[in-house]
Amino acid sequence: MSRIQSTFNGRKALIAYITAGDPTPEKTPEFVAALERGGVDLIELGVPFSDPIADGPVIQRGADRALKAGTTVKKVLEIAKKIREKSQIPLLLFTYLNPILRYGLDALARDAKAAGIDGCLLTDLSVEEASPYVAAMRKAGLDTVFLAAPTSTPERLKLVGEYSTGFVYLVSRTGVTGERAELSNSVAPLVNSMRAETKLPLAVGFGISTPEQAHDVAQLADGIVVGSAFVRIIEQGGDLEGFARSLRKGIDG
Amino acid sequence: MMISQPDSTGHFGPYGGRFVPEVLMAPLEELEHAYREASADPKFQAELGDLLHNYAGRPTPLYHAKHLSESLGGAKIYLKREDLLHTGAHKINNCLGQALLAVRMGKKRIIAETGAGQHGVASATVCALFGLDCTVYMGEEDMRRQRLNVFRMRMLGAKVVPVTNGSRTLKDAISEAMRDWVTNVHSTHYLLGSALGAHPYPLMVRDFHRVIGEETRAEILKREGRLPDSIFACVGGGSNAIGMFHAFIGDEKVKLIGIEAGGHSDRLGEHAARFSGGSPGVLHGAHSYVLQNEDGQVALTHSVSAGLDYAMVGPEHAWLHDQHRSEYTSVGDQEALNAAMTLAHKEGIIPALESAHAVAEAIRRAPAAKGELYVVNLSGRGDKDTDIYRENLPELDEQNPVHV
Repeated sequence: MSRIQSTFNGRKALIAYITAGDPTPEKTPEFVAALERGGVDLIELGVPFSDPIADGPVIQRGADRALKAGTTVKKVLEIAKKIREKSQIPLLLFTYLNPILRYGLDALARDAKAAGIDGCLLTDLSVEEASPYVAAMRKAGLDTVFLAAPTSTPERLKLVGEYSTGFVYLVSRTGVTGERAELSNSVAPLVNSMRAETKLPLAVGFGISTPEQAHDVAQLADGIVVGSAFVRIIEQGGDLEGFARSLRKGIDG
Repeated sequence: MMISQPDSTGHFGPYGGRFVPEVLMAPLEELEHAYREASADPKFQAELGDLLHNYAGRPTPLYHAKHLSESLGGAKIYLKREDLLHTGAHKINNCLGQALLAVRMGKKRIIAETGAGQHGVASATVCALFGLDCTVYMGEEDMRRQRLNVFRMRMLGAKVVPVTNGSRTLKDAISEAMRDWVTNVHSTHYLLGSALGAHPYPLMVRDFHRVIGEETRAEILKREGRLPDSIFACVGGGSNAIGMFHAFIGDEKVKLIGIEAGGHSDRLGEHAARFSGGSPGVLHGAHSYVLQNEDGQVALTHSVSAGLDYAMVGPEHAWLHDQHRSEYTSVGDQEALNAAMTLAHKEGIIPALESAHAVAEAIRRAPAAKGELYVVNLSGRGDKDTDIYRENLPELDEQNPVHV
């Protein structure tokens, strides 16, 4: 079992998304350490992309800051190496297809593995187009996490289950990333439909930003993903560790 | 004969496909299904045909530009007058088709992106016609460049949302429209305005514009008894060009020439020539040639013409390019402006800046092409560009002291 999948053993996983290199590449390992102290189990390490169509304004601004600071795929892998000097927390690269295509699928898989990355999720890569990517990642021993959405048909959920390793990422609602006051009522049906297709752990993300929401989702899923709320704290220079701890409490409480 | 059709998964060779967030995958399948059903339905085709004829003004004339041809002393040049269509450009062909489809699918809300504003105006127009709610995303920079079209859209009842990200042009408007669609996909149809994006858009948009080439082919055969030697069309996303080219793809002797925006230099960021300056990549749902830096970040672009100012070209053009079936070249800002002046003086036609790029390439080649037949797709009229022409031709402006 991969390091990503085994993180779901024992307790509900708290997964944090941050954009690597936001606001500078030097800061990212410090942020990861703070998140880990606060009880985060897995880090989604965002590679910034110029045209992030699935992201709301908070993560878009994070990507802009990271790009302005000179963050490239290569630089993100250096950041991962730096994180690995002190931590064994599972790291999932999270980005769009184009920067990865440009780097080269095989080269990326090889270099990511060498840098201590455990897997990859590409927001705009559907299972239909994923075969070359999945082959490259498998060869290097990396997990491939795919998204399932409330609009996904049963046939699509089946494919997402087949192509995913590590866990499946369930998008809680239609829309871009960002904090929301209300949780979508599509979470429970999606969790149930996906469970019918796979034994992999299921994590739910998009729109979760409070300990109460984390608590509610943790009743249904095996993990929760929080992104924009962390990126906003980075933007405002706030307390990542304290916020992570409050989410942890929400999940465990 | 060469076949240019996407395969069942929407690929033109290695290009095209469907690269979008999972939320949009099932809705795209649904759209493809609805489109295939509609295009095979004689009632749908009859209704569209009636609108194209009686509302939009098809067929458009194929005009022999005698004075322009004579002044160049070479090729005999015809202009396909898409600029005479309702709303002033070819964009209305696709908008009528997609609006009919949206109504058929029960969608009440339309979103669209626009660069030059022509697609925005055409979208606002069909929404007014069909009683659909309309939101148009437009880069702030393009809103400044195309103020008149912004006003027209609002007058037609559309909401125009300024996009302030990135280069504040077409690329960012498409990204913002896609974010809206991801959020409101149940109620909303995304009326994409070019032969771009995820399958089935490149296929569907091309099919709705195919009438341009079909009319041209029939008319030139009637008038000249033979096919043209070369056909010219400007290429932003590439909808007018693919609409014009498609009927001629099997006619291997007919040269198909697409003209991209050369901007003001060949440095990355200062033009929109994707074939000479770009490489294959994935943006906005499709795999095709894209202007990008060495790290796979999409480059900024520049053109005096907002409609050509975009980092990616439609996937079918990428395929035709690699198959050497069509060729792509570029014309810079100044040469396009000069061509617009020439056409205005010689023929009394002020072209859209986009179309002026195609005219410029024909002007370049015509003198050495005696005895040849050229067709230039005049995709739009220049009214919307009056402010830009004024800025660039100060000697003609009476508010400018030089004139007095």
